[in-house]
Parts: sequence; C-alpha cells; structure tokens
Amino acid sequence: MSYDIFARAVWVTAQKDMRIYYRKAPVFIFGLILPTFLFLAFFVGRELDVELYFPGFLAMSLFFTSSSVGPLIVPWEKQAGTFERLLTYPVSIATIVLGDVIAGAIFGIIISSIVGTVGVLLLGLSVESMAILILAFVLGNICFAALGVALSAPAGRVPANIMMLAALVRFPLIFISGIFVPISEMTSPGVYITYVSPLTYLVDALNQAMGQAYVFAWYVDMLVLGGFALAFIISARYVLTRKSLKGL
Amino acid sequence: MHAIVVKDLHKKFGDQVALDGVGFEVEEGEFFGLLGPNGAGKTTTIRMITGVLKPDRGSVTVQGIDLRKAPLQAKQNMGVIPEVGNVYPDLSAIENLDLVGRFYGLDKTTRRSRAERLLVDLGLSERKDDLLRKFSKGMRQRVSIACAMVNEPPVLLLDEPTEGLDVMSRRLIVEKVRELNKKGTSVLMTTHNIEEANRLCQRVCIINKGKVVAFDTPERLRKTVEKIQTIEVAFDRRIDPGILEGSNISKVEACGDKWRIYTEDPDKALETILAVKEREGLRVLSIATCGPSLEDVFVKICEVPR
Ligand SMILES: Nc1ncnc2c1ncn2[C@@H]1O[C@H](COP(=O)(O)OP(=O)(O)OP(=O)(O)O)[C@@H](O)[C@H]1O
Ligand SMILES: [Mg+2]
Repeated sequence: MSYDIFARAVWVTAQKDMRIYYRKAPVFIFGLILPTFLFLAFFVGRELDVELYFPGFLAMSLFFTSSSVGPLIVPWEKQAGTFERLLTYPVSIATIVLGDVIAGAIFGIIISSIVGTVGVLLLGLSVESMAILILAFVLGNICFAALGVALSAPAGRVPANIMMLAALVRFPLIFISGIFVPISEMTSPGVYITYVSPLTYLVDALNQAMGQAYVFAWYVDMLVLGGFALAFIISARYVLTRKSLKGL
Repeated sequence: MHAIVVKDLHKKFGDQVALDGVGFEVEEGEFFGLLGPNGAGKTTTIRMITGVLKPDRGSVTVQGIDLRKAPLQAKQNMGVIPEVGNVYPDLSAIENLDLVGRFYGLDKTTRRSRAERLLVDLGLSERKDDLLRKFSKGMRQRVSIACAMVNEPPVLLLDEPTEGLDVMSRRLIVEKVRELNKKGTSVLMTTHNIEEANRLCQRVCIINKGKVVAFDTPERLRKTVEKIQTIEVAFDRRIDPGILEGSNISKVEACGDKWRIYTEDPDKALETILAVKEREGLRVLSIATCGPSLEDVFVKICEVPR
C-alpha cells in the first residue's frame, strides 16, 4: 500500500467531482432549492423563536446540501460509461468513495458556512463556541456526504431513480431528528427514535454551539457523527466492491 | 521481465463461465494481439489485467507488480482504452487529458505539454477547448486514446480501439500506437479486424469460450492450417454454389462478387471448377489461389461445430 498514490487518487477524484457534478441540476434542486423551500414552509409566517430554531434549520440545510452530491456521482458515471475508465486509473473503489465523500462534504461546508454566516449577521444570532461549530460543520458534512454516497452504492445506471430514493430516505430523517421539536423537550419513548438518526447529533451539537439547550456532551455528538460517517463509507465501499465483482 | 503475465484466470458470472483458465505472457516491447469471437472472454481478460474486475482464481502481474498485491502501483504503469470506457463529456478535450494526468501524478507543465502534443498528433488541436459532448464518436475515441497515453505508460492495453472508426481515424490511432510501440511500449490489443492484427502483432493469442486455443506468431499460426488453400474465382453470372461442392472442395463461400473455394488439393479443385464451367457454359472473369490467411486460421480454430 503506498499512501501517496492513495491520497492522490482520493484528492483527484474529489477535484473531478467538484468540477463536473457541482454544476448538475439535481445538486441545485436537492441541495439548494429544496432546503430553501423547507425553510420557507416551516419557518416563515409563523411566530417561531428564530434563536431557538435556527440551529435546527442550519442542520437541516447542511444535511440536504452535503447529501445531494453523493447520490449523483456513481450512477451518473455508470450511465455515462466513465466509471469503468475511472477504475483503470491508479484508483480503487475505496479512493473513489472517499473522493466522492470529500467532494460532497466540501460543497456542504461552503453552503452551510454561507447559511450560517448569513444567519449570524442578518438575524443577529450569537455563537457560543466557534470550535464546536466548526467541528460540527466538518464532521456533519462528511457524515452526510458519506450517507449520500452510501445511498447511491446499490444503484444502477439511472441517476434520477436514485435521487428520488435518496430524497425518500432523507425526508423522514428530518422529522425524527429534533429539528421541529427540540430533543430536550421530548419525552420517552419518542426520544429513543431520534437517537437512531445521525442528524439528531448534529442538531444537538449546533444547539450547543449556538447557546441553545442540548442533551449530549459535544464530544459524544462528534463521536457518533464520526462513527456514522465511517459506517456509511465502509458500507458504500463494500456494496460497490460486491457489485463490481458481478461485472459493474 | 515480462510486461504482462496472466496465469490461469477463471471467472464466472453466475452460471456463465466467462474465463476458464486463460494464461499468456506479453514480452517487454511486444505488440501482442488478443483475438477471439464475440463472447470469447477478451474484454473480461482485459478488465482483469486493468484491475476493473477481480478474477475468481488466477493472477496477473504487470511490469512485475502483482495486481492483487499492489493494484494502484500496477495501474500506474498502464494506459488503457476500455471497451466501454468513455471520456468525460462534460469536460473539454484538454481538460480530460489534464484530469488523467493528475490521476497519474504528473506535474502541471508535463500535463500541459503532453496534452498539447497528443492533441496535435491526433488532429484535435483546433477543437481542444470544446466540450466532448459536442464531439463525434471518432473524435471522442481519439481523445480516449490520447488519455491512455498521457502518462507515457510502459504498457498499453487497448480493447477494440479502432472499432467503428473511419479509415483516417483508424490510421491515426494505429500509427500513434505503433510509434509508441517502436519506442518500447508493450501493447496488448484486442480487435475483430484480423487483417489489422496480422499486420501489427508480433504474436497473437486466440481465445474461445474462455480458453486459449492458439498462441503463436501470425506466420506460424498460418502454417498450422497450411493444408487448407483457397481459390477465389469470379464467374460472369451468379451460380448455385452447390454445383461446385464435391469430394475435393470442402467449402464454398460467397465473397462479394467472387466465390471462395476451400480445398486441401488445389489441383483437383481446379479440375472440378473447370468441369463446372464447361458444363454450365460459364466464363471465368478472374481466378486466384491464396494460402490460408490469419482469418482462415481464426475461423478454423474457433469454428462452432454445426
Ligand atoms: N457483466 C457481466 N455479467 C454477466 N456476464 C458477463 C458479463 N461480462 C461478460 N459476461 C459474459 O462473459 C463472456 C465473455 O464476455 P467478454 O465481454 O469478455 O467477451 P469478448 O471476447 O470481449 O466479446 P466481444 O468480442 O463481443 O467484445 C460472455 O459470455 C458474456 O456473456
Ligand atoms: Mg469485448
């Protein structure tokens, strides 16, 4: 195993993804327009406490944005016939998965930083802990970018299908993750369902970073997000490897 | 050291046996042809050499590096044109080449200069900044071959590189590959164009139904079926080929406006032909005898028993 070729393969894959797939329509629709509409639908015109709900909204937009790039890449490349060629370069399934995750995460980090900055400047919100905020942004984006890639791994060659499926998986998550009802106000047994969702831990970490009520210590949130990220990456690699044994 | 060593490759897709013990080696600097009918297992073999597919059993080494043990380093030494591998339609020709150069770890100036030169050589320099989605198939294939060459690999693997191209594009590509081969690049190529294989390859390996059925120089392979000769004859009007068939003529085949007659005894066959000509009142427009071509070898070896 030579780590320099490995690292290069990951980074060049991410560069390729950024150059080609950030411009694709589904990324705009599912990554930017959808969270905007959700924001309008749930928050505008209601007498909601912005300070209380902003971390949840930030988490939701981060979640949709970072998980919008991943489901697109592998099915798109399989359909365009570029996937097989990609595999002949000095790359492996593992480096492709990691590169795709990084591309998704960078997209998420850029957009959620903009959303976060706008929120803080425009709405006059305060940040309690910049360190937790940054850590949550990085780990959260990696985690949900990995979710996006994992969702696409079993897919065939039709990007549209998998984008639908990805939306179907992502929507329920936002309802069980303490965005609309803060976890600190939930009672059992409902609260246990929220523990299953990785998004819960991002909401919790952002709540803490922005001075709202939270449930877990920050490092627990980060550990869980990191754990989910690892699980998504490993399963994406496993599924893609299995599929490639059967002949792509 | 061999450029490529393939040992005892086995692969099953479900119940379908695609490879059943394929093995051969490609010498350093050799132009090597992998031939076989549709579904023989050529693409499957190439996919295993290029690390796209893992064999059920068997091993591959490229430039002495075991593909199973160090796939990334092994792939670093290859340039590949896969059978169904496309270049990126959303990038321009030059961007595609640049991207490939990055995957092989070339620095910026090397990437630039090689890309520019390859595009000139392959007649694409005027269109280098156009997106590939606007290119024709042949132009895309030329970009594809350029992509396989930017890293100036010691080993080139080409799966039907000239499939579906016009004469000019085919010549451009063949010339470019030949030029690299002269400079020492080992080439493994599959093709259905047997004449092309005959002209280009120093050795050919013919596989059929997942097994190696012949492996030698084109010349020596021809000798193995030397017994079979063909006579090509054109008459002034169409005939029923059945009237030519007889004891010393094994097969009659329409070949454009001519008939190709297979025989082990040209002398006797000629007598038969002349007898038919007299009996039917035909005029012979042209007649020629030919030794077995590589294509004849191929057909004989891969013939399906009817
Ligand atoms: N992904 C796959 N799934 C199932 N079977 C496959 C797959 N790929 C190849 N095969 C089978 O393996 C055998 C060999 O196929 P392969 O593509 O290697 O043939 P080939 O020699 O390249 O043929 P061609 O000249 O048509 O390109 C065929 O019987 C084919 O049906
Ligand atoms: Mg093939």
